[in-house]
Amino acid sequence: MPLGTLQFTIDGITVQTQEGQSLIAACDAAGLYIPRLCYHPDLRPAGNCRVCTCRIDGHQAAACVTPVRDGMVVENDTPQLNADRLALIEMMFVEGNHPCPYCVASGDCELQALGYRLGMTAPVYPFFWPRHEIDASHPDIFLDRERCIACSRCIEASRMPDGKSVFSYEGRGIAMHLHVDGWGGLGATQMAAIDKAAHVCPVACIVIRRDGYRIPNGQRRFDKTPIGTDIEARRKAPPS
Amino acid sequence: MASTGDAFLDEQIALVGADRGRLMDVLRAVQTRYGHVSDASASAIAAGLGMHVGDVIDALSFYAFFSRVPAGRFQIRLSRTPISRIHGADAVAHAFCQALGIAMGETSPDGLVTLNWTSDIGMADQEPAALVDDVVVTALTPEVVPAILAALRAAIDASTGIPSPGNRVPLPHARVHPNVIQAGPLLSRAARRGDGIRAALLLPPEQVVARIAAARLRGRGGAGFPTALKWRLCRNGPDGERHIICNADEGEPGTFKDRVLLSDFADLVFDGMTIAGYALGAPSGVMYLRAEYAWMLPALHDVLAARRRLGLLGGAICGHDAFGFEIRIQSGAGAYICGEESALIESLEGKRGAPRDRPPFPTEHGYRDRPTAVNNVETLACVARIMENGPETFAALGTRESTGTKLMSLSGDCPHPGLYEVPFGITLNGLLDLAGAPDAGFVQVGGPSGRSVAPKDFGRRLAYEDLSTGGSIMIFGPDRDVLDIVLQFAEFFADESCGWCTPCRVGTALLRDQMAHVAAGRATLRDIGALESLAGTVARTSRCGLGQTAPNPILSTMRDFPERYEARLHAADFVSKIDLVAAQRESAALQGRHPVEELF
Repeated sequence: MPLGTLQFTIDGITVQTQEGQSLIAACDAAGLYIPRLCYHPDLRPAGNCRVCTCRIDGHQAAACVTPVRDGMVVENDTPQLNADRLALIEMMFVEGNHPCPYCVASGDCELQALGYRLGMTAPVYPFFWPRHEIDASHPDIFLDRERCIACSRCIEASRMPDGKSVFSYEGRGIAMHLHVDGWGGLGATQMAAIDKAAHVCPVACIVIRRDGYRIPNGQRRFDKTPIGTDIEARRKAPPS
Repeated sequence: MASTGDAFLDEQIALVGADRGRLMDVLRAVQTRYGHVSDASASAIAAGLGMHVGDVIDALSFYAFFSRVPAGRFQIRLSRTPISRIHGADAVAHAFCQALGIAMGETSPDGLVTLNWTSDIGMADQEPAALVDDVVVTALTPEVVPAILAALRAAIDASTGIPSPGNRVPLPHARVHPNVIQAGPLLSRAARRGDGIRAALLLPPEQVVARIAAARLRGRGGAGFPTALKWRLCRNGPDGERHIICNADEGEPGTFKDRVLLSDFADLVFDGMTIAGYALGAPSGVMYLRAEYAWMLPALHDVLAARRRLGLLGGAICGHDAFGFEIRIQSGAGAYICGEESALIESLEGKRGAPRDRPPFPTEHGYRDRPTAVNNVETLACVARIMENGPETFAALGTRESTGTKLMSLSGDCPHPGLYEVPFGITLNGLLDLAGAPDAGFVQVGGPSGRSVAPKDFGRRLAYEDLSTGGSIMIFGPDRDVLDIVLQFAEFFADESCGWCTPCRVGTALLRDQMAHVAAGRATLRDIGALESLAGTVARTSRCGLGQTAPNPILSTMRDFPERYEARLHAADFVSKIDLVAAQRESAALQGRHPVEELF
């Protein structure tokens, strides 16, 4: 093996990769899908949704924040891990208000798509029915905090690629929610519709105005194939 | 540096050198001076420290002891724990509410007092207790309440309309007993301050680490990580500056050992920090002191000043030209999670106390991204004793895996609550006999994040290899309502979850709500199964120890007290968790109709 190359196994499949990769990035490149929600390949991982939790050398850890180590043994597609992931997705559904049938993001929503992929029917937990302010102060961007799943993608994107720090959190625990810098709402910030932060929301919390139905329902990202299909397509057919 | 237009604020910003990492100090100063941190202050602080307002709000809104809206002249925070409630905290709260004409969480109409519940304040041995600003009042009864309020009113009348800070008002019951019931080698002898440092300075730093390794000292916070190994990892980290941090954010309900160590043995702890500084090559150390212990700050600063006079702090310590060491005390602001070392470091850097993912570990990338060793108060006191008396003396007590003695904070249903120094390896029975509580119904070992132990397991030993604990021992008599206590623990975790990760943020709130159903007798057998499953998910997927241990009280009592759960079960197959009539009320009102209640 060349210098800096290492290998590990995931669900019995051997993967060769480079040192310094995260487990999720290494598996993505190899065409092995680990369910995830807050992770975004262009952003620094924040490790908050925990959907990508795997069993790594006997311990649970989130794949997005775990660097690969030579010889590590990873379990990903197990009934227990998938049950935990489903429970996490259901938690996000009941924490906010997610009316899929009439939501602008339906078919393009990573939360909804993961619910389908993991076999969610209806959440088993009682809904919290939160009430949050809707921020319509920006001419091009609409902010609906009731859909926010606290993935922190927009916070990270606004900081690093955009260099603006428009978003942060406010409060703690179940009351924690998205805060917009300053006091005049999104319209009073430097945020623009072309910003990275406006395009990384996995749900319909940050929505670009006049753009929502450009692609009709039924023709969207996850309407035809389940979430993760693009990653799985990268995998070469296993030798028979 | 640009002026914020507020002279007091300018002064505070200058005091921290406009270092945004010291945001906590500025927020605390503004909170103390004005009683709250207004949006205008937040904007001015952001400008003064060169940060975004959002980042100030992020930190400010995270901590329980900061408020963003004007509050009363005095903040009264009553400790709400199963222990305080056993001893009558509810009656005391009721007396305050009656006397002030307000409910908990409100401010009295005259603006005198804002009244709140708070999590454990480190007074489990003298509950009910409360914080009045930075003053602790203990052993409260409803009868004391009028005298406390009268003293607060008198303090304002005597002044010229300027509110006197609560810490200068003489209050009845403002006393904290040390309550050391049994002392051992750690607490007994009044050593000459600096003895441990002098012994350490005779050795090269790596030999100091070797002595700690020979004593087989393990972290006293509960996790039991070998101290010498932590120090070696830190020494082996990237070259350059290193940090030693003393974790005095003792927030686990039921524990108060650090309170005793810091109020009566502060020199021993500072000796330990200084020895660690020498061993690690750290030129300075920070003590992160929980906000609930701010009443100790003046005394601790006096101790530091005395040490400076004696040559135990500053340059050329004990005449050793090559070794200087400084200590700074950083106050927290009310967040249990900051006892977790990476959350503590985030807080020290002026941010919300959200734990970090590991790796990297703090020993590699810690405070300000430098190698950092975070050690518990008791661990550092042990370090000083090991250097004073030698590792053999230390390791002669305890067990093979758990050397030395351990400070146990006993509270609850026992005649002698207080601090007990016992050798590791003592059985729970042995400890209960010492405390005069042989007939306990169950014991919560290690606080809410620990586990409940049933009488059948009282023969188990308190040691890292069996029942590992930071030393919180809450004793509950046989007649106590186990499910109600578990519910209170569930409420505690929901209140203290930082919110960063989904399983803890949502899961602890769900566990609290589901446990409330169980305690109220509305849960079916199926609900109990769902609760157990949810508890498992939260434990397995949470990012840090808070979420991973939050389900412990539920899971361990389900295992050890199944009969208590069975007795409270609802017989039906299904009971709705939604009150359908209540759920319809708003829409019915909007439509101008009346809900048809009898349908449900």
